[in-house]
Amino acid sequence: MNALQVIVDGIVKRNPTFVLILGMCPTLGTTSSALTGMSMGLATMAVLICSNAAVSAIRNVVPDKVRIPVFITVIASFVTILQMVMQAWAPALYSSLGIFIPLIVVNCILLGRAEAFASRNSVLLSAADGIGIGAGFTLALTAIGLTREFLGTGAVFGAQIFDGRYGALLFILAPGAFIVLGLLIALFNYIKKR
Amino acid sequence: MLEYLAIIFSAILVNNIVFAQFLGICPFIGVSKNLDSAFGMGAAVTFVMAVATAVTWMLQHYILLPLGLGYVQTIAFILVIAVLVQMLEIIMKKSSPGLYAALGVFLPLITTNCAVLGVAIIVAQKNFEFFHSIVYAIATALGFTLALILFAGIRTRLALVDVPRPMRGVPIALISAGLLAMAFMGFSGM
Repeated sequence: MNALQVIVDGIVKRNPTFVLILGMCPTLGTTSSALTGMSMGLATMAVLICSNAAVSAIRNVVPDKVRIPVFITVIASFVTILQMVMQAWAPALYSSLGIFIPLIVVNCILLGRAEAFASRNSVLLSAADGIGIGAGFTLALTAIGLTREFLGTGAVFGAQIFDGRYGALLFILAPGAFIVLGLLIALFNYIKKR
Repeated sequence: MLEYLAIIFSAILVNNIVFAQFLGICPFIGVSKNLDSAFGMGAAVTFVMAVATAVTWMLQHYILLPLGLGYVQTIAFILVIAVLVQMLEIIMKKSSPGLYAALGVFLPLITTNCAVLGVAIIVAQKNFEFFHSIVYAIATALGFTLALILFAGIRTRLALVDVPRPMRGVPIALISAGLLAMAFMGFSGM
């Protein structure tokens, strides 16, 4: 098992959104445009790489019984650091992602990877897993954001492709999030089966 | 009184936590396969959310803010919620085995239910008063229960339908949830 293989697996075979179907709240809540989706993905990826590496580094010290609370504390610490960094350097982005930044703590992807991967593998491999899963999550959120933004407002990353008045507003609103995510998971399943 | 009625209706129907705020989606998809477990999960979330909001409100206003520790809110809240859920489980097991038998299996799942932490953070951000917070938490949880039960009803029907293979399971569930969300938009005056 080498680091590169772990990264590729995280993006395709273990894609957190389309295959594992984890972390649904930010996936639906922050993807009304490609940019916000991508930012949320990158923020989660940053926390995931750090928390995976940290959990892996302390894996032989932590007693088995208290490992879950310890993992949650590690994750919450990195989320707090991220909150402070974003408040200082990207306040506009921080307020547009709103409550979903502190809620990275309860994103099942982070605890899931800490438990299933980082607590059993070396620091380097765990960081690679963080990069792979994080990249898979970022790509998925960007794809969903791109689809919703294009169908809803006729724009791609804010650049207008067709007149916004002909966009189907529904895709920017709540129902569009569920429907686009459902269709994209179905598409992923279809491509995988062929 | 009228003010509280407005909070209750807004939290259950207009700003439904699942369909408008996208919180608690994992249990919404995971525990909605039949009506009984949907009802149990809804009751457990209502109970935990009310207690967790009361405790985190006191933590925020009597400990974190007076000491100027607002920035550790995320860590403090999640630890308090995790401990609280564990404690409730132990207390319930000893004092009311009947309730434990009904809700026990759902309790560990609730620690990582983002709706509980989400409501605690929303209440802290919006600076609600104590009683106002509790009413908001209970109404939000009832909205979650309503969404879960409606969706479980739809899914038991959906299980009998011949769906194209790639759409089976989660994709068709999400699309149905989208249609349900569209219906809920009627309450916000679309």
